[in-house]
Amino acid sequence: MRTIQQTMGRGMTGRVATFGISTLAGLAMGALAGSAQAADDTIKVGILHSLSGTMAISETTLKDVMLMLIDEQNKKGGVLGKKLEAVVVDPASNWPLFAEKARELLTKDKVAAVFGCWTSVSRKSVLPVFEELNGLLFYPVQYEGEESSRNVFYTGAAPNQQAIPAVDYLMSKEKVQRWVLAGTDYVYPRTTNKILEAYLKGKGVKDEDIKINYTPFGHSDWQSIVADIKKFGSAGKKTAVVSTINGDANVPFYKELGNQGVKAQDIPVVAFSVGEEELAGIDTKPLLGHLAAWNYFQSVDTPINAEFIKSWKAFTKNDKRVTNDPMEAHYIGFNMWVKAVEAAGTVAPDAVIDSMIGVAVPNLTGGYSAMLPNHHITKPVLIGEVQENGQFETVSKTPGLVPGDEWSDFLPDSKDLISDWRKPLSCGNFNVKTGKCGGKGT
Amino acid sequence: MRRALRWLMAACVAIATTSAALAADLRPLVQTMGSGGYSGTEKALNQLSDAGDPAAVPVIEALQAGDLYVRKADGLVVIARKVGAGYALTDPLSGAALGEAAAGAIDRIKVNNAMRRAISAALGALTLMSPDPAVRRSAADAVFKSRDANALDALNTALAKEKDERIRRAMEQARAAVILTAGASDADTQAAVATLAGRGDRDALALLSMIAASGASDTAKTAAAAAVATVEQKLMFWGALQNLWYGLSLGSVLLLAAIGLAVTFGVMGVINMAHGEMVMIGAYTTFLVQQGLRTYAPGLTDLSVLLALPAAFLVSGGVGVIIERSVIRWLYGRPLETLLATWGLSLVLQQAVRSLFGPTNREVSAPSWMSGAFELGGLTITYGRLWIVVFAFAVFAALLVALKRTWFGLSIRAVTQNRPMANAMGIRTARVDALTFGLGSGIAGLAGVALSQIDNVSPNLGQSYIIDSFMVVVFGGVGNLWGTLVGALALGSLNKFLEPYAGAVLGKILVLIFIILFIQRRPRGLFALKGRAVEA
Repeated sequence: MRTIQQTMGRGMTGRVATFGISTLAGLAMGALAGSAQAADDTIKVGILHSLSGTMAISETTLKDVMLMLIDEQNKKGGVLGKKLEAVVVDPASNWPLFAEKARELLTKDKVAAVFGCWTSVSRKSVLPVFEELNGLLFYPVQYEGEESSRNVFYTGAAPNQQAIPAVDYLMSKEKVQRWVLAGTDYVYPRTTNKILEAYLKGKGVKDEDIKINYTPFGHSDWQSIVADIKKFGSAGKKTAVVSTINGDANVPFYKELGNQGVKAQDIPVVAFSVGEEELAGIDTKPLLGHLAAWNYFQSVDTPINAEFIKSWKAFTKNDKRVTNDPMEAHYIGFNMWVKAVEAAGTVAPDAVIDSMIGVAVPNLTGGYSAMLPNHHITKPVLIGEVQENGQFETVSKTPGLVPGDEWSDFLPDSKDLISDWRKPLSCGNFNVKTGKCGGKGT
Repeated sequence: MRRALRWLMAACVAIATTSAALAADLRPLVQTMGSGGYSGTEKALNQLSDAGDPAAVPVIEALQAGDLYVRKADGLVVIARKVGAGYALTDPLSGAALGEAAAGAIDRIKVNNAMRRAISAALGALTLMSPDPAVRRSAADAVFKSRDANALDALNTALAKEKDERIRRAMEQARAAVILTAGASDADTQAAVATLAGRGDRDALALLSMIAASGASDTAKTAAAAAVATVEQKLMFWGALQNLWYGLSLGSVLLLAAIGLAVTFGVMGVINMAHGEMVMIGAYTTFLVQQGLRTYAPGLTDLSVLLALPAAFLVSGGVGVIIERSVIRWLYGRPLETLLATWGLSLVLQQAVRSLFGPTNREVSAPSWMSGAFELGGLTITYGRLWIVVFAFAVFAALLVALKRTWFGLSIRAVTQNRPMANAMGIRTARVDALTFGLGSGIAGLAGVALSQIDNVSPNLGQSYIIDSFMVVVFGGVGNLWGTLVGALALGSLNKFLEPYAGAVLGKILVLIFIILFIQRRPRGLFALKGRAVEA
């Protein structure tokens, strides 16, 4: 029997699942889960990732991992005694289309939760839809923070779970004094660099020791920028590059670094958007030792990760497929959702939103991640060095878990804001100075 | 010669006898490398290099290569090399075989950046006396980078013995770097600063400005500051030349991407939005050729890019002919419909490639003769870019010859200039149309081979070049190949001269504004075609 049905774009005609909360709550926990009478009904889960266009390179993998997670959950008997059914739509890397497809998933397919988006601009585009229709979105990618919505659960890293620890590592271990902040020209790198700039200046780094450089999406000629980095690095102080370069532009960037002989021993590059998947298209021998900061690496040596990689390779029937950080974020987010739904006994959004907070599930690095009241999660921060085989080797791991901080403490606009979606506060941007809900941001 | 040999033998004997005596002392140090994580290994490594015994070299080399392991059963540090499913173990100091072990029974000693630095410093200090000149040279460079005060004695001894002038110079520079960092008498400092100023590159500049900012003595500071000024002036001159080279290099990439379009759009007048996808198909052909060679003829992998050239030309050209026969020939003289149809085609081709090869990037590795860089005075020229410049001009020349000197070129020109007359003379115009379009597409395929070396091999490869290609052709003058050449080089240089001042984003915008203004003044581009062909 096919347990997963994909519908591409066009919604399924047919039953609209209705849920008798009290009766089904009992069913979910008990041995009756997956019994014959429940098999007829399904819970729909939306997958909103680009399968074509420029972001397909990253997002297709996330669609696949969601299908795998749903498949595995169904093998375990589904949720609340019902099978899960994936509804896959393709927003085609087109930001307004993301909003349209999100509306379609929520109103037409009546999905219980949506897992999706990659770029910040796509998340911003669907945000009003999820808030208007009271849907649930699980967002799996590291992002710039400065946002907290009641309807969104951010399972990727906030800046304090990626950027700040990476800079700290370089400062303490590599004694870096001069910084190049290189990024693609859009909201995530700009906000992250703003936070980093404020943070570095707070640490006593001078203006002339920070260089910020933006490039367009898909920039392919890096000769003069790499030469510029070399020049900036020859001022007698240890220099590092913090890269928020996104997407396709990374391949020519790293190729140029390799060709011009920028070695990690001399000028290390730490990247926030380069994972195993991006390195798959590059010859990594000249890049040995360059760094990336994530919350997960495929090379993490834990039994639970080994199992995840094994089932991923089996599911995709491809021995060469790699795993990466946003995949782990979906793994965590999906399991949290399952747990919260089972605790609430229903998939009704309000009940699930309330029961999500405090839910803890195992992550793939050997610990537990918990959902915080600000809808961000706790994660360990890992710094890895690129190896010759295209994998990362962890060279530093935070001793404990780092809670995600949505409103950066280093930006004047947001340092007084907190987010707490528990009652009675229920506010995404509470200003602790004025004592009022509302301020900058959403 | 004989003296050198005798010296070498003496050195070998000395090393052999001392290593026998010292190996015992190194063993506990080697053993401690396996414990204490990164910092523990690094500490042991530093002690090992301070011991100054060349017997440690194989151990450090094994650590660098990632071949140094700890045997889990007894914590013994061993060198392990993969043999079949397991590993063959040897003793790191004596090289004696220690049997085999399964992958699970040994733990690799991990290496991070700080340790890699320490490794090259240690190897540098220990191999200064190596009989191999290349090793001595890189040892001197390593010491220059590490500026390790402990290496000074070794450097002095090596300098006294060194005969090769270039290695001597490298060693002197390394010695100057060590002296400046450690601090020395005024005379020595000044001599060291002079040596570094003579080197005059970025590394020297980095070191000198460090001394100028926080040197050991005031004399050192002032001397270094003066040297910094001289070196910076010299580098500025080279910087301008470097920009010129970057401009030429970007220009040649633009030329490659645009030259096929100069045929289909410029000569035939077809607005081909799928031009970028022809480039992409060329890049994927390169990938396939390389994959094929890797599997069936691993020895030829280094030539894969060359072998991919005819393949990419034929595949892209073939696709071009099919497109012309099936779509474009029905749309001649209807530019708007052509634009829409070819744009749709480009989406179809992208998605087809995405479905066939997957959405992720494919790796096309650079052959050895295209990787790395060389220094020319103060210029860093990467081999990959150099070959692309050469290739772009070769393709341009070949196309020019094909159009001007061959019968096929003659018929192309005849058909585009006066179709009815060409028809009347017995030229099969429909076939010429298809072949011309195929030629333009094939050249785009060739561009794809070159671009696979510097850009992503992904379904989106072509998209990033289509706008630039049209820009070049329109700027240079539609229908004129020389215009395309001059246009590509001019835009490339303009872009590269703006980039350092305006940044990549603003630079691109400024170039676009420049083109818009230019087209206002000269609507037909740099080299406008004159005469009846314009009206056709």
